[in-house]
Amino acid sequence: MQVPASFQYRKATSVAHALSLLAEYGPEARVVAGGHSLLPMMKLRLAHPEALVDINDLAELAEIRVEGGALVIGALVRHAELLSSAVAGRHFPILHDAERVIADPIVRNRGTVGGSLCQADPSEDLSAVFAALRAELVVRGLDGERVVAARDFFVGPYETVLADGELLVAIRVPIRPSVSAYVKVDRRAGDWAVGAAAAVLELAGGVVAEVGIGLTALGARKFVAAEAEDHLRAGPPSGERFAEAARIAAAHCAPTADQRGPVDYKRHLAGELVARALRGAVGRAA
Amino acid sequence: MTNTPTGFGRMTRKEDARFVRGRGTYVDDVRLPGTLHAAVLRSPLAHARITAIDTRAAEAHPKVRVVITGAVLADRGLAWMPTLSGDVQAVLATDKVRFQGQEVAFVIADDPYSARDALALVDVDYDPLPPVVDARTALDPDAPVIRDDREGRRDNHIFDWEAGDAAATDRVFAGAAVVVAQDVLYPRVHPAPLETCAVIADHDVVTGKLTVWATTQAPHAHRTLLATITGIPEHRIRVVSPDVGGGFGNKVPIYPAYVCAVAGSMLTGRPVKWTEDRSENLMATTFARDYHMHGEIASTVDGKILALRVRVLADHGAFNGTAQPSKYPAGFFHIVTGSYDLEAAHCSVTGVYTNKAPGGVAYACSFRVAEASFLVERLVDLLALELDVDPAELRMRNLLRPEQFPYTCSTGWEYDSGDYPRALALLLETAGYRELRAEQARRRELGEHLGIGLSFFTEAVGAGPRKHMDIVGLGMADGAELRVHPTGKAVLRISVQSQGQGHETTFAQIVAHELGIGPDDVDVVHGDTDATPFGLGTYGSRSTPVSGAAASMAARKVRERARIVASAMLEVSPDDLEWSPGRWSVRGDPTAGKSITEIAAAAHSDLDLPDGVEGQLDASCVYNPPNLTFPFGAYLCVVEVDPGTGQVVVRRFVAVDDCGVRINPSIVEGQVHGGLADGIGVALMELIAFDPDGNHLGGSFMDYLLPTAVDCPSWELAETVTPSPHHPLGAKGIGECATVGSPAAVVNAVMDALRPFGVRHADMPLTPAAVWRAIQGRPLRGDLAID
Ligand SMILES: Cc1cc2nc3c(=O)[nH]c(=O)nc-3n(C[C@H](O)[C@H](O)[C@H](O)COP(=O)(O)OP(=O)(O)OC[C@H]3O[C@@H](n4cnc5c(N)ncnc54)[C@H](O)[C@@H]3O)c2cc1C
Repeated sequence: MQVPASFQYRKATSVAHALSLLAEYGPEARVVAGGHSLLPMMKLRLAHPEALVDINDLAELAEIRVEGGALVIGALVRHAELLSSAVAGRHFPILHDAERVIADPIVRNRGTVGGSLCQADPSEDLSAVFAALRAELVVRGLDGERVVAARDFFVGPYETVLADGELLVAIRVPIRPSVSAYVKVDRRAGDWAVGAAAAVLELAGGVVAEVGIGLTALGARKFVAAEAEDHLRAGPPSGERFAEAARIAAAHCAPTADQRGPVDYKRHLAGELVARALRGAVGRAA
Repeated sequence: MTNTPTGFGRMTRKEDARFVRGRGTYVDDVRLPGTLHAAVLRSPLAHARITAIDTRAAEAHPKVRVVITGAVLADRGLAWMPTLSGDVQAVLATDKVRFQGQEVAFVIADDPYSARDALALVDVDYDPLPPVVDARTALDPDAPVIRDDREGRRDNHIFDWEAGDAAATDRVFAGAAVVVAQDVLYPRVHPAPLETCAVIADHDVVTGKLTVWATTQAPHAHRTLLATITGIPEHRIRVVSPDVGGGFGNKVPIYPAYVCAVAGSMLTGRPVKWTEDRSENLMATTFARDYHMHGEIASTVDGKILALRVRVLADHGAFNGTAQPSKYPAGFFHIVTGSYDLEAAHCSVTGVYTNKAPGGVAYACSFRVAEASFLVERLVDLLALELDVDPAELRMRNLLRPEQFPYTCSTGWEYDSGDYPRALALLLETAGYRELRAEQARRRELGEHLGIGLSFFTEAVGAGPRKHMDIVGLGMADGAELRVHPTGKAVLRISVQSQGQGHETTFAQIVAHELGIGPDDVDVVHGDTDATPFGLGTYGSRSTPVSGAAASMAARKVRERARIVASAMLEVSPDDLEWSPGRWSVRGDPTAGKSITEIAAAAHSDLDLPDGVEGQLDASCVYNPPNLTFPFGAYLCVVEVDPGTGQVVVRRFVAVDDCGVRINPSIVEGQVHGGLADGIGVALMELIAFDPDGNHLGGSFMDYLLPTAVDCPSWELAETVTPSPHHPLGAKGIGECATVGSPAAVVNAVMDALRPFGVRHADMPLTPAAVWRAIQGRPLRGDLAID
């Protein structure tokens, strides 16, 4: 039987309560949201938190709304809720593209958007998506709130800028007219990505005013293909330029070999998927 | 569906009501008072000498009762146990560990959590040794010797075995106009039953009786083995296998932890329970396949297949623990001649030790028919490519013809019956083969890559006969006992064990068919050695071919006894009675008759019974099959391949199966559905690979991928029925057919799609990376870590 080591468990009743519980238990305490990443790690005894602070009752973190020109997604919003949110899909179809291919319905019913980001698994789909969208992450600690750009949130594999005792409370995506798409290759329905690419384009007057390109599981720094973005910015959204951006993205990422594929394949995939995501996004410009 | 048939036909499975309500009872659901719980400490290394084991800290844990090590077992002569293949296997390692995940210590505590916690308190010193990971290097002169426990062992060789006529085959090859050769790896995969292995051993110190609750496919064989291993007399051992959540061969052998649980119960005087976790199941229990094959096929220029020549390197892991009839170290692999009329064939198999988990011949393969069938069907497709002939046409030209049955193939099997061309023709018609080829041509012009793959397989199931087939000396026959109660309700006790196949329904229908009563009036008892007759259990698709035949023969004996009783009731000679379903009546006067229910009551009453019946109608039978049965089928798979990503989508799968007479067509179709999904899994995603240190790279369902409904198309099934001439019901067995036949269809389809890229072959699993690499001309080696 796979069982975790023993731990303390506390249920938070408010964000303030969660923060005080985190302070009370100190650095060995962990937040549990959907638990779909944390609990397997505990069962495999790869994680040994001394205490879990359960935030599942915090309704204040579970909302999706438009506020101040941004789509605001509470950290506790479940994957399934984001997938079925019409407002999210209307502004950012990429969110539905990605959610449709994250895990399976059982995981999506429970796993949260905030947990996905805080887990910072290199294969987490939403990391690349929110990095491409240039989302802002709202973080709260006992000392108050701070806002971190999604691109600055990830320090490395399984590492974020969250300090001990801090809570991610929401993700804000500024609403600007854009087209977007997410393309993923997996070995099986519900599997983690072998590789995936996110593309967000703001088109104005026949040129790319701004562009975000995210890469999942392909060894891109901060989950983005910055050099490819630079190439596309301020030019026309043409097939040739997309192909060149794809080539640049492939050249600049540093995938590692594992049972999902060798390096040459993953590098190829980076290019192939960036091109497809860009074309897919532009194809949505009606 | 209704439960109305009096015999064969569709009905809902009798067992489903409890399963869909969550009311099944698996070993882990069994709660005996005073039970202690165990956890297994496993080797983190693939090959290492154990220099010291310190259990003191674990024993000091307040909830730990006993820590069993190899030394504790050695004192009782239990450190090693026999395998199913004449080898021995360490119960707990004493000298060396030989694969990652091998059992090193067994911790028994008051609860499962403490047992698991205490594993971290056992301190083992390992002196690492170089591992043998790549089977192809196992016989190198400088390869580390894995089995130095065996006297005089200086290499990793286990056996050489061959079948067929080598010289005759060489002669045909020498004169053949066309020869095609290919290396084909059937990689290591895992049965991965959703219920992992589990055991409760309960040794009663007062009576000396040992009760073992285990999730097993072969309760009676386990009882005998446990008696041999532990020295407890067999009549004091009872093995109970309650509901079993999948087996696929994984639950045929006895695992080290089962022996430890027995030892633990004897040491503590309490029941000891152990439930394996998912990683343990995937890493340490019996795997399947792992055959490195080299196949050659010879033909004339116009595509008459002449001969087949095959060499195999078989990776058996650290202990030779394959479960198969003992005279067949490579199982039934020599059915590699497939479904074709050959002049000659020869195959040779060399088994080697590697630093990997032991086992083999699990996973719905009918004792290696899966490997054989895959190889020959790949070779036939490669020959079609070489000759530029349509693969359906090439198969049609070479299939055995109905008038050739019974047919003895070049390696010695006698195929009982079949009409192969009819099955293939039905497949092509059902699939719309010609239109599919036209669609493929159209789509190729558009740069789209549709692939159409065929396979035709002949299965060999239902082992014995016992003269030729035994496992650890136990002849492969099976029993059935049928009791008819005074009210005419019946209980059938069988020696085989369902793991989800629906025995409680199929076997009730067999009795219902023979006695003319409703299947709901027959209850089927299985899985308890104290309540069922001896037999070898369920694997190799043998339940219906063997135990099903026993059930039918027992029911026929009941029917004959009923005839005698009826003759006394009706005061006529038994010879004057004739049978219609459920009733004996006077020939020519159907109104003068007695139903089975009336006869059963009479048999238990004060009626004066004639000679031949002492009272009751009960009967039993041991069925020793005269031959295997040979189900067969023709499969077609349609895939779409995205060459830019290497992704494969299975669009259609059409399966024509002939398993002889179908007792419950819904159950047959369910078995086919599962097997086809298995085939897609094996072909496209399932794999246990090892890194250079011998680390197992498939130890969870995140790494060992099983197909889901989303990965499977809506199956299109059709059937032909060629009854087995020697089975009392004409049934042939279906359990493993689809797993055997489907991988080749999927792989052939992908290869067909990749034809424009000049790809001839790629090994399974055809993951996106493997497909893309094949297109690049740099195929991946599937059994090793990708670097
Ligand atoms: C079978 C399976 C398949 C999966 N497949 C995919 C996939 O294809 N793609 C994909 O992207 N993901 C996949 N996932 C991951 C899934 O999306 C997880 O749910 C998600 O990664 C974590 O979300 P959670 O709410 O479950 O987080 P938890 O497991 O509860 O927490 C994860 C980590 O984040 C921390 N945390 C959680 N919430 C907060 C917060 N608000 N503030 C601070 N820290 C927090 C926790 O302390 C913990 O360290 C899969 C998971 C499973 C089990």
